[in-house]
Amino acid sequence: MSKLYSGAEIVFKCMEDQNVDHIFGYPGGAVLPIYDELQNFKSIKHVLVRHEQGAGHAAEGYARSSGKPGVILVTSGPGATNVVTALTDAYMDSIPLVCISGQVPTHLIGTDAFQECDTTGITRPCTKHNWLVKDINDLASTIHKAFEVATTGRPGPVLVDIPKDIQFQKTKYNRPKKEKKLNGKSHNHFNQNSIDELIELMSKSSKPIFYTGGGVINSGPKASELLRELVYATGFPITSTLQGLGSFPGDDNQFLGMLGMHGTYEANNAMHDCDLMINIGARFDDRITGKIDEFSPKSKKVHIDIDPSSINKNVKVDLAIVGDVKTVLSSTLKSLKQKKSKFLKSNKQKTSKWWEKIQKWRSVRSLDYIGSEETIKPQYAIERLYELTKDKDSYITTEVGQHQMWAAQHYKFNKPNRWMTSGGLGTMGYGLPAAVGVQVAHPKKLVIDIAGEASVLMTIQEMSTAVQYNLPIKIFILNNQYMGMVRQWQELLHDKNYSESYTAALPDFVKLAEAYNCVGIRAKTPEELDDKIIEMLNTDRPVIFDCMVDKVENCFPMIPSGKPHNQMILGPKDQENKKITGKGKSLV
Amino acid sequence: MPNSKSAYSFSNKKEKFDTHIIVVWVDNEAGVLARVVGLFSGRGYNIESLAVAQVDEKLKISRITIVTTGTPQVVNQIKLQLRKLVPVHKVADFKREDKAVIFKEMALFKIVGPKNKLEGALKACKKYNPVLLDKTKKSNVIQITALRREIDKMSKDLKKFGLVSVSRTGAVAMTRGADIFK
Repeated sequence: MSKLYSGAEIVFKCMEDQNVDHIFGYPGGAVLPIYDELQNFKSIKHVLVRHEQGAGHAAEGYARSSGKPGVILVTSGPGATNVVTALTDAYMDSIPLVCISGQVPTHLIGTDAFQECDTTGITRPCTKHNWLVKDINDLASTIHKAFEVATTGRPGPVLVDIPKDIQFQKTKYNRPKKEKKLNGKSHNHFNQNSIDELIELMSKSSKPIFYTGGGVINSGPKASELLRELVYATGFPITSTLQGLGSFPGDDNQFLGMLGMHGTYEANNAMHDCDLMINIGARFDDRITGKIDEFSPKSKKVHIDIDPSSINKNVKVDLAIVGDVKTVLSSTLKSLKQKKSKFLKSNKQKTSKWWEKIQKWRSVRSLDYIGSEETIKPQYAIERLYELTKDKDSYITTEVGQHQMWAAQHYKFNKPNRWMTSGGLGTMGYGLPAAVGVQVAHPKKLVIDIAGEASVLMTIQEMSTAVQYNLPIKIFILNNQYMGMVRQWQELLHDKNYSESYTAALPDFVKLAEAYNCVGIRAKTPEELDDKIIEMLNTDRPVIFDCMVDKVENCFPMIPSGKPHNQMILGPKDQENKKITGKGKSLV
Repeated sequence: MPNSKSAYSFSNKKEKFDTHIIVVWVDNEAGVLARVVGLFSGRGYNIESLAVAQVDEKLKISRITIVTTGTPQVVNQIKLQLRKLVPVHKVADFKREDKAVIFKEMALFKIVGPKNKLEGALKACKKYNPVLLDKTKKSNVIQITALRREIDKMSKDLKKFGLVSVSRTGAVAMTRGADIFK
C-alpha cells in the first residue's frame, strides 16, 4: 500500500513537483499544520514577510523577474484579506501567482468563526480562478490545476483555500500526470491568412509604428528577441507601454520611448498620425489612448494578444491575431523572410518621410527639464542613477506616482524582466516588497526600488524582511515631501488646492534605516549626488537612500485627461503659455 | 461638457442597446453562478432575467440562460469574458429577434375572486396554453408559457380579474430544427 500523506504534506509535495523553490508567507492559526511541515521539505525556502500584502508583491517581483509563478502562503481571515491588494495588482498586470490560504475547519465554515472570512468570495473578482478544497482527495489535483491556470494563456493570480481539517487529513499522493506540453498551442487561434494580411499591411504602410506591451515580456525572453528581429527587419519605429519597457532596447534609435499620458512627444504624435499601428501584447489602456474617439484616427490597427477579450474591448481593430506573442512573431518573421526578403530596403524609401517627421518631433526633446545647481531635480537623480548602474544588469522596481513616471522616462532598459512596476492597479507600496522578491530570485544582482517617500511608507516594514534574509536591496527614495502626482493633479485641475497631499512629520529615513539595522544615506545637493549613489552601490547591505529633491517639480510631458495624443503639455513653460491664452485650463 | 476635472476621460457616446440571450454551459460546482453573475455586476453589464439548472446529471453540466442588453461591443465583451471563466464550457449568443431560436418564459398567476372573474382570467390566458394547476372555489393558479412581453402584458391584463400574485422564471432558449449549438 502506498504511503499516506497529510494535506499539509501534499501542499509541499505539489510545490516540489511544480519546481517551487521560494514561497513568501506569514503564519497564522489556520495554516499552522502547513508551517509545521515546512522543515521537512528542504528544497523549498520560506521568506517571512512582515505583512501579507508584502508577501503578495514580493511574489509578484519574483515572478516578473524570473518568469516563474510566485507562490504565497497566508492564513485565513486577515491573512487572506491583506493579500487581496496584491492579487488584484497581479490580476491587472497579468502576473502568475499561486496563493495558498488557510481556512477555518470545514465544520466551522459559515459560522463566523474566529479569523473566518469568505476568502473565495472576496478573491473571486481578483483572481483568474479560485478553489475551496473541501475534500482531501481533491487537494493535489486542485493545486496542480492552480499552477496550470496561473501560468497558461494570459497569466494571472489564483488562490487555493484549504480548511485546517483538510490539512490534517491523510490520503495518497499521485504525481501530476505528465501532460504533453502544449507550448501555448491551445491559445493560438490565428492562421497563416492573418499573418499574410499583416505583412500586406506592413508593406503598404508609409507611416507604421509598433506599439508593444507587457504581453511581450510575459511571452518569455524569446519573444523579446523575436521582437527585436522584427523591428530591425522592418525598420519601423517602435514605442512601448509602461509594462513593455525592456522588450526592446531603450537606447536604440528606432525606439521612440514610452507612450501614453507621460510618454514622449514623438511616441504619442507618431501614434496619432500613423497609418498602421501594430499592437503587440498591449491592451489600449486609458492611460495610453487618451481621448478614445480621437485616438489615432487615420490608422489601420492590428492587435496581437493572447486574450481574445482584449480584442475590440476599448478600441476597434482592423486585424486581430489571437495568440502567444512569441508564436505570432516567429510566424510573421518566417513569412516576411519568405515573401519579402528585401523588405527593409524597399521600405526605407517609403518610410523616410515618416522618419523625418519623427525626427522633428524628437527634436522637441520632450523629456528635457530645467536643471538646477542648488536642488536635485528628480529627473536628474534618475539620470545619474541610470548612468552609474547601466553596466550592471540591474533590476528596477518602483512605487507609484511621479517617481515611477520619471523612472520610466529616464531609466533605459535593454532587457526584459528588469522592470517591475505596478501599472494597471497603480499600487503605492508595491516597489519595496517587489524588490525583496526580485532579490530572492536574483541574489547576486543589483536590485533598486525607485520610490517616493509617500509610497514607500505604505510597506516600509518589509525592510525588516530584507535585513533578515540579507537581501541587499536599494531603496532609492525621491523625497519631495508631497504625494507628488496628487499634488501635480491638484495644481493642474484643482486651482492649487493641495488638499492633504503634503506629508508633515515624515520620518528621518536615515535614522529609520538604522532602526532596521540597514544603511541610510542622504543626498541633498546635485554636487554630492554621484558620490552618494556610488556609496550606495558599494554597500553590500540593504540601503535606504533619501534623495532630497525639488518639492514642486511636475512630471512632463503629459497628455491632459480627455485629450488626444497630439495635444500634449510639454513642460512648465508650456503650461504657463496655455494659461495666459486661457487655453491651458480648458486643456486639462 | 464642462471642463474635465478628472484623471479619466468622459464618455459622451450614446449607442443603441440590443437585447441578447446568452446561454452558458458550465460545470455545476460550488460558486459557479456567483462567478457568472459577479462578472456581470463587476463589469457593469445588465441582467434582465436569469434561468439556471443542471441539464446533465452525469457530466454535472448546468445551463445558464441570461437575458441582457448592451451595445454590440458590450455583448461581444460579455461573451469573451464568460469564455475566460474556468468552469465555462461554451457560450451561445442569440438576438431576441432571431427567428431560428425559441425563447420561452413561464409564469404562475394566482387569481382570487368570484367564479366569473376566475373564468375570465382563464379565458384571457387562452392564447398561451394555460394550465390550471390549482383550483378552489375562490381561487385559481394558472400557468402559462410565453414570451417576456406577453407575460408582461398578461400580468397587467389579469389585474382586473383579481390577480394577487405573480411568479415567473427567466427566459430559456433553444434553437429550432435538428441542429444543436456547438
